[in-house]
Amino acid sequence: MIKTKSSLLALGLVLFCIQSRAELVVEVTKGQAEAIPIAIVPFSSPEDAAASFDVAQLVSADLARSGRFKAMDRKDMVDQPHTGAGIGFDDWRRLHNDYIVVGQTQIEGPDRYNITFELYNVLTRQRLLAYQISANKPGLRLASHQVADMVFEKILGIRGAFATRIAYISVLGHVPARDYRLIVADADGENPHVVMDSKEPLMSPAWSPDGQNLAYVSFEDKLPSVYVQFLKTGERHRVSARAGVNQAPAWSPDGKKLALTLSTRDGNLDIYVLDLATQALTRITDDPGIDTEPQWSKDGTTLYFTSDRAGGPQIYRVPAQSGAKPTRLTFQGSYNARPRLSPDESQLAFVTQEDGGYRIATMDLRGGGDVQVLTKGHFDVSPSYAPNGAEILYASRDRGRGILALVSADGRVQERLVSSEGELQEPAWGPF
Amino acid sequence: MKRILSVALLITAAVLGSACSKKQDVSEPPSAGTEVPSTTSDEGASTSSRALGGDAETEGGMAGDASGPLGKRVIYFDFDKSEIKPEFADIVAFHARNLTSHPNLHVKLEGNTDERGTREYNIGLGERRAQAVRRALLLQGVAESQLTTVSFGSERPAAEGDDEAAWSLNRRVELVYGP
Repeated sequence: MIKTKSSLLALGLVLFCIQSRAELVVEVTKGQAEAIPIAIVPFSSPEDAAASFDVAQLVSADLARSGRFKAMDRKDMVDQPHTGAGIGFDDWRRLHNDYIVVGQTQIEGPDRYNITFELYNVLTRQRLLAYQISANKPGLRLASHQVADMVFEKILGIRGAFATRIAYISVLGHVPARDYRLIVADADGENPHVVMDSKEPLMSPAWSPDGQNLAYVSFEDKLPSVYVQFLKTGERHRVSARAGVNQAPAWSPDGKKLALTLSTRDGNLDIYVLDLATQALTRITDDPGIDTEPQWSKDGTTLYFTSDRAGGPQIYRVPAQSGAKPTRLTFQGSYNARPRLSPDESQLAFVTQEDGGYRIATMDLRGGGDVQVLTKGHFDVSPSYAPNGAEILYASRDRGRGILALVSADGRVQERLVSSEGELQEPAWGPF
Repeated sequence: MKRILSVALLITAAVLGSACSKKQDVSEPPSAGTEVPSTTSDEGASTSSRALGGDAETEGGMAGDASGPLGKRVIYFDFDKSEIKPEFADIVAFHARNLTSHPNLHVKLEGNTDERGTREYNIGLGERRAQAVRRALLLQGVAESQLTTVSFGSERPAAEGDDEAAWSLNRRVELVYGP
């Protein structure tokens, strides 16, 4: 019954990157009242260096961070079973747990470990999951996120996104001597790696659909250029350095094209599509206003973007072909910008202005276009959906500092990711 | 010919260079910028953002004070606006005269915004401000080939802080001289 998943956990993400010292700490600022109580019992572990890695702790943290689970404090546990046979279900039920996870970490060979775990429903005593994951030592962290993913999906029916990655910009130092870093980290903010470092601004990181490349804007030549960087090797290509503005890269769903914002000589910003293989450029919009912040629909036929053609910035949709006519989508308020589509395309997340503050809002794309403002900050920008659509990562400010924050797509759970250093900006959540 | 050019450059440098320091003055109000147009573009670009304290005063006199408009290379804008305010007309006019009389000089117009709003849309606003200054200079006879624009949006603030004092210093176009 125990399946084996041999994950090639090649976590040496980027060969040329530096381990960043700044790790993110997650604080749940607004939880969900009906969070599901679950006990993740500390796993048994072999007596060697790997024992220092606490699988259960990471799984607990992941599940708690989602806001949908309440993980039992291990000091309240009266027993620590490692297999299903050892679970005294009555005790765990009296401690108000709906679910329990037990498991072991074992040495399989040189630098090879097996994580075995089981998930039980405490009330029915039914085994819901039994799984084994094989990993090398650096892969134990990712393997633990995969355990959390499986538990999350089994109980909620939603694919977990704990074993994914995020990218963001961190700015260190003070004007005029600032250091801009492009960082890739695990979805929980751990394991951060600097993949690009510059004295000039870096902005707008965008993941390729396969998660192998990041496109971003760099001002390293004191002018904006769009680069594509292959994360495994650090190799990068300058894909657009045209006269004027080269901004806001967005990957087409097939990974073959980038939507970009470029400008004419007189500074008119419009949306273009660049074919990465042929370098062929197609102009999509042609309006004297600012057209920018493009984002593709999943089928690659439509672009969502920001335009101030009607005065203030509003969100529009346009077929991804030359000369097509855009349709305006937002009408509430004077500032709606930077659209991001939820993975199932039922929602659009964007930045709206409300009470003088910039906040994250969503618009229902299937029903009547209802708008819900999810956050209460003054500088909440750069929304980015988790690949499962459950949460939105965004940039916020706290006491004069740039931080990253999370809000569930329904607005009920909010968290902050606090970094020990740097101004954090422009988070982008990578694909599964 | 070469000698005439370098003489012209020297004269320009002398005219501009009464306070030829690239040191940053942290207490200087934005209206009395002391930076001097540099004739080497790289130097000028890398030092064009001035560190100004969050509590910098902003009521200093504009055109016509001792340092002279040509020494001022920063034009400030109102929130969400890209129109050049009347008090900056003299500065633009001075730079226009300087550029028309020294056609060998180039200016990079660096557009910036404050930190509010979305970053990519701010790139658009910064470009719009740089273009407003470009158009004003073109109207006063400066050759197109002497001018380039770049927008840093809200990525290169001159002052840090989440208040109007800082924001008012960040909504700006900087004129960066080069050969």
